[in-house]
Amino acid sequence: MTSHAKLWRLAYCLTFCLSITACSQTPLAKDELYQKLGAKAGLEQLVDGLLVEIEQDRQIVHHFQDTDIPRFRNLLIEQLCELSGGPCKYSGATMQESHTGFHITQADFDNLVNHLMKVMQQQNIDIKAQNQLLALLAPMYKDVVYR
Amino acid sequence: MKYAVLCLLALALPAQAGSKVIATGGASSIEGAAGGGIVPWAVINGYASSDQWSVIAFNNNVGVDDFSLHTYGMAASYNNQWELSYTRQQFDLDTLGGELQQDVIGLKYHIAGELLYSQLPQLSAGIQYKKHRNFALPSAVGAHDDDDIDYYLAASKVYFAAVAGRNLLLNATVRASRANQIGLLGFGSHNDNSYQYLVETSAAVMLTPQLALGVEFRQKPNQLAFADEQHWRDIFAAWFINKNFSLVGGYVDLGRIAGFAEQQGYYLALEATW
Repeated sequence: MTSHAKLWRLAYCLTFCLSITACSQTPLAKDELYQKLGAKAGLEQLVDGLLVEIEQDRQIVHHFQDTDIPRFRNLLIEQLCELSGGPCKYSGATMQESHTGFHITQADFDNLVNHLMKVMQQQNIDIKAQNQLLALLAPMYKDVVYR
Repeated sequence: MKYAVLCLLALALPAQAGSKVIATGGASSIEGAAGGGIVPWAVINGYASSDQWSVIAFNNNVGVDDFSLHTYGMAASYNNQWELSYTRQQFDLDTLGGELQQDVIGLKYHIAGELLYSQLPQLSAGIQYKKHRNFALPSAVGAHDDDDIDYYLAASKVYFAAVAGRNLLLNATVRASRANQIGLLGFGSHNDNSYQYLVETSAAVMLTPQLALGVEFRQKPNQLAFADEQHWRDIFAAWFINKNFSLVGGYVDLGRIAGFAEQQGYYLALEATW
């Protein structure tokens, strides 16, 4: 076997092993993600950062013109806390209820994802935790967009 | 020179880019479709989200032992749904002498699913119209036609935090084609002029939102009697510098081409997006 063939075999094996790892992850401690996001203080900082980004985004800020921002802030913190396994119970409306009538587009949703990614990076959140939070939020697309 | 033009264009234009998340437009493959290096993916190129436009210019270079392939082109996308591309491919026969050129016009339509947001993978269908510009040589080695259409169906999906906490992109494409060496040696043969169904796959790990490492495989037909054709594969690193520039470097194995065995070498692609 040539060295090239060995290298290719190695590349494919690595990919395969990584995929297997992906499928057999050990379950997280219930609040592991919540802790990695910095618990209550971390989530408050995250949401505050996100609110600043939204405020500066002319494409989406109009969706918030009639929003009670302090209430929205608290509900979002509560929701992220519950989602990430923290000791909270989200008390707001369902995603579908709270977004119906806003005609949120895919571009609006993409913008919010960009802002969230930027804020998480700025706050040096562990990349695994960033991706785990995105994994929990991404499926909300269908309840938020074009309602 | 081409790089200089790309850079000037990029500097001259405002750094406007669409709303899509970085890296979700993929890179421009050697046939112009958004994808990896040698495989078209279901993603739509550029960063145009709903009701947005995106324009792309790209230049890809492949250098293997006895041949090199230089491709450059332009593409446009709209609404994260339609992708139109034009590519000129120049295949230099470095050892044999001479060059072959082919034009590829590609159209891709995003049918269903959202790469990041839906459980269903993003599904797209595409066609590639290919027209050879120097058909004398392909004809002499037994190719039947100087132009043809490839049809493909692609599925792509990102799995969040799937590999050591990193996001994983998986792609599978099925292509119907009569092309010999992607059309650089013409289409069909005098013995067999039927379409072949070919499987193409890619996997990439996003080390960061801007840096991907991946592998690709492309099944190839073997229609021409004069020389064996083998499957292609590559490993690559893609750096999405920002929403205006990306750079892809890789190592390709193109197998046997026109009688020359073990054609391996580098892959380098530069893309500018507005």
